[in-house]
Amino acid sequence: MATSAQTHKLASQSVFFQAVKTKLGQYWKLIKSLQTGLLLATGMAGYVSFACPVTNFSTLAALAGSLFLAISGSTVLNMVYDRDIDARMGRTTGRPIPSGQISPRTGLILGLGLSIAGVGWGLVLQPLFGLVVFAGLFFDVVVYTVWLKRRTPWSIIWGGISGGMPVLAGRVLAVGEIDAVGLLLALGVLCWIPTHIMTFNVRYYDDYKRAGVPTFPSEYGFGVTRLIIALASVLAAGSFGYAAFLIGLDWGYLRLLSVLSVGMFFLAGVSLIRPSEKVNFGLFKYASLYMLNTMLLILLQAI
Amino acid sequence: MAKLTMLDRILLLLTGLLAAYQVVAGIDGKPTMVIVAYTVAFGVLLIAGLLILIIGMEILDSSFVAIVATLIPLSLSLGIVAEHFPQWQTTYLLLVVPGFLFVLVTRLLMPGKPATLSLMVVHGISGLLIFGLPIYLSLTGRTPLGFLLVGVGGGLIGLGGLLLSFLKTGHPILGRSTILAVLPGLLLLMTAAFVFGFSLA
Repeated sequence: MATSAQTHKLASQSVFFQAVKTKLGQYWKLIKSLQTGLLLATGMAGYVSFACPVTNFSTLAALAGSLFLAISGSTVLNMVYDRDIDARMGRTTGRPIPSGQISPRTGLILGLGLSIAGVGWGLVLQPLFGLVVFAGLFFDVVVYTVWLKRRTPWSIIWGGISGGMPVLAGRVLAVGEIDAVGLLLALGVLCWIPTHIMTFNVRYYDDYKRAGVPTFPSEYGFGVTRLIIALASVLAAGSFGYAAFLIGLDWGYLRLLSVLSVGMFFLAGVSLIRPSEKVNFGLFKYASLYMLNTMLLILLQAI
Repeated sequence: MAKLTMLDRILLLLTGLLAAYQVVAGIDGKPTMVIVAYTVAFGVLLIAGLLILIIGMEILDSSFVAIVATLIPLSLSLGIVAEHFPQWQTTYLLLVVPGFLFVLVTRLLMPGKPATLSLMVVHGISGLLIFGLPIYLSLTGRTPLGFLLVGVGGGLIGLGGLLLSFLKTGHPILGRSTILAVLPGLLLLMTAAFVFGFSLA
């Protein structure tokens, strides 16, 4: 039979593990795992787009590690800087920093630590790769979040450029230089960003308005925003399609990529002609799925 | 409208994966027209599965979806004709294009009975071809017997089309909730029959 001391010890351990689990969960939320995972997938696809079939798995693992740290770091730093905005928006008010679960100081230290580790690892791996990773972090945190996000809706272009850096970095690590395919893949991500972000701006229009963040819907109206989303979808699909062709993707994969692109045009078109919240949010989800599938197709080619 | 169940989601995902497989690997080495036709057919099936998965069954109420869904039987029947009766390819293409335009125009400009009628005519003709040609081809020995499965898929697509069409006219054969409940399973069975039928041909 367990003594009272043993029972007390077991209960303490249980409380301790529960506390650790809760804390880890809060930190996990800080790095926006789905978004980080998607960007990580673009980086790995960029690498295997040239180095396929992949034979150097240690380099691929190092690329994944470096990108994961850098992307997570920039996301945490953004969360620290935007904590006042997050506190005013219903969608984000429960995030770990505005809700007080993690202090801004802790977030800052964590964000800086992850960022330095990610960029440092990248520089050791290959200087140009490290520079591209650093450029992505700089554009995202300094240019997009700190400088432009609260001033102009056009800030998303810089957000888009930073979003294109992981795929460019992956390509650079494989090729050793910045080439046309890498730039096309990055352009694809840049053009995909409006579909991803603006559909969100439309859905959470009131939230952004309340927080004082200028968005395309608030500055130019919903019609113009939907038109830009549709045009950006076409440009993104065109860039990815041409890059995939230059990479030498099999015809079967190219056909599937075309089909998925047409699906995105269709939804963007319906959203333009018969706008509804359901279709708008459907387009947001489809765009994420489209990006993931495009990268998966490039990754599958390497197998 | 009832939310999709986990089983519905799994069935739709499998439908999408099967259609994607067919687009990637199931039609290589065929003539260009056949590849284009099958890519359109399975591509629309894939997108339809994804959209139902993402947006829900409400998407079926959209007139745009009804128009685009017509492409499935039209292009599938065109692919079968082009592959096995190439001498009829151009003639049938000259029926397919106006048929699609007929559905497009009536759906957008003449909703109601004319739109439903056009849908029934176009689905009916193309559905009969998808159902009948594989049976004829396999029973006469021009294709392996497994190609019969494509005919089974044609029967299922016809069944699904009929259920949805009668629902739209306000004289449903089955209740709306029953139709929507069986639709994911029907879509998967139909896609599986097509994919395995073509692979056995």
